Amino acid sequence: MTVLLFGITKDIVGSSTLSLPVSSTSRLRTVGELKDYLSSTYPRLRNLSSLAVAVNNSYAEDSDKIDNFDEIALIPPVSGG
Amino acid sequence: MTEERYNRQITLKDFGPKAQKTLGGSSVLVVGLGGLGVPVLQYLNAMGVGSLGLIDQDTVELANLQRQVLYSEEDLGRPKLQVALQKLKAQNSETNFHTYDSFLVRENALEIIENYDVVVDATDNFATRYLINDCCVMLNKPFVYGALHGFEGQVSVFNYKGGPSYRCLFPDPPANNEIPNCDDNGILGVVPGIVGNLQALETVKVLTGVGEVLSGQLLLFNGLNQSFQKIRFKPKEENLKISALEETYDIPICHTVPTVSSEELKKLLDGSKFIQLIDVRSFMEFDDYHLQGSHNIPIDELENRLMEIDFDHEIYFLCQSGKRSEVAARIALSQYPSAAVFHISGGLNRYSAVFS
Repeated sequence: MTVLLFGITKDIVGSSTLSLPVSSTSRLRTVGELKDYLSSTYPRLRNLSSLAVAVNNSYAEDSDKIDNFDEIALIPPVSGG
Repeated sequence: MTEERYNRQITLKDFGPKAQKTLGGSSVLVVGLGGLGVPVLQYLNAMGVGSLGLIDQDTVELANLQRQVLYSEEDLGRPKLQVALQKLKAQNSETNFHTYDSFLVRENALEIIENYDVVVDATDNFATRYLINDCCVMLNKPFVYGALHGFEGQVSVFNYKGGPSYRCLFPDPPANNEIPNCDDNGILGVVPGIVGNLQALETVKVLTGVGEVLSGQLLLFNGLNQSFQKIRFKPKEENLKISALEETYDIPICHTVPTVSSEELKKLLDGSKFIQLIDVRSFMEFDDYHLQGSHNIPIDELENRLMEIDFDHEIYFLCQSGKRSEVAARIALSQYPSAAVFHISGGLNRYSAVFS
């Protein structure tokens, strides 16, 4: 599973892309479970009260299903102007 | 003069004299005269938008010049509103300008926005952005959004012909200090130029009906690898029915303290990584029973003993029921707002109940 990171999530993880091996993603069934999994690895992600997630370029809710072939994007709000 | 001036647009197939005339009869409010507002205004003004509204109360500072290319060294210390008006007038004397010597706030927003066909969000803060969103939903005006982070930008058109609003993407503002701004985070000078130009393009499309408006799609631009990605999203009913502005758009400086469950704590403790677990109960309680690897700093002593904590790594506060640990986390966050601070919900009571 590929996770694309934008804004502050990229700064927290330290990279703009994460490739998660099947061994760690096969038990993740929903967007919410993926968020929990990523937060356990990168605890500062948990600080983000406002974070949009896209699955295959479509906005997704926590309850939406995911699978190993999906491309996920973490999109926090950005404030600069 | 007009025909010659806009000749390249008038001869442009799919734009032509009709779209040019529409542009001339249109009005756009640009909120913010900073990194985004400058390119938006320069191009809308050049292309022939009939009326432009400018609102900002900042003055030109030296640190603005690397990205706000309308301003020069001789403008330092002068109000942006005054400088921008002077330069834009010189650029196009046919445009009607309206200036507002204030910031856009809850008290003046509806009254100002009402007068325009489209609003361009060129602000640098969440409070104004949510205010613009709510006003535009109430007044049924489209707004062209742009925002920046480092080498990245976001662009979208909200509230366009029943399309989604900003709240459909991000329902509520983030907590204060959660997302850094340009002042703290830095910005490469050309990036607001790119994002602002994309906003100007969308504004022209909204006004003239030419092309496909970026509604229901969030454009993510990354200057480091020249990638443009579009995320589709849908309107949510509840965000399109706003009947009154919120009481305040100020984002309170209160930190939500993220919690960690007993189960998550157990996983962390069983893992191979060292975790910084601070038990904030009294010395007596700690002496009686504590989790292996936890460090005792009683809550009453915490403020004076913060130096015992490594704020570059995650910090987990623990107490008996989860109350003192939450207070402890707030104390720590008030001193180190960007630290990764957590507290264990339910404390040792819940942990022992689950794992005894």
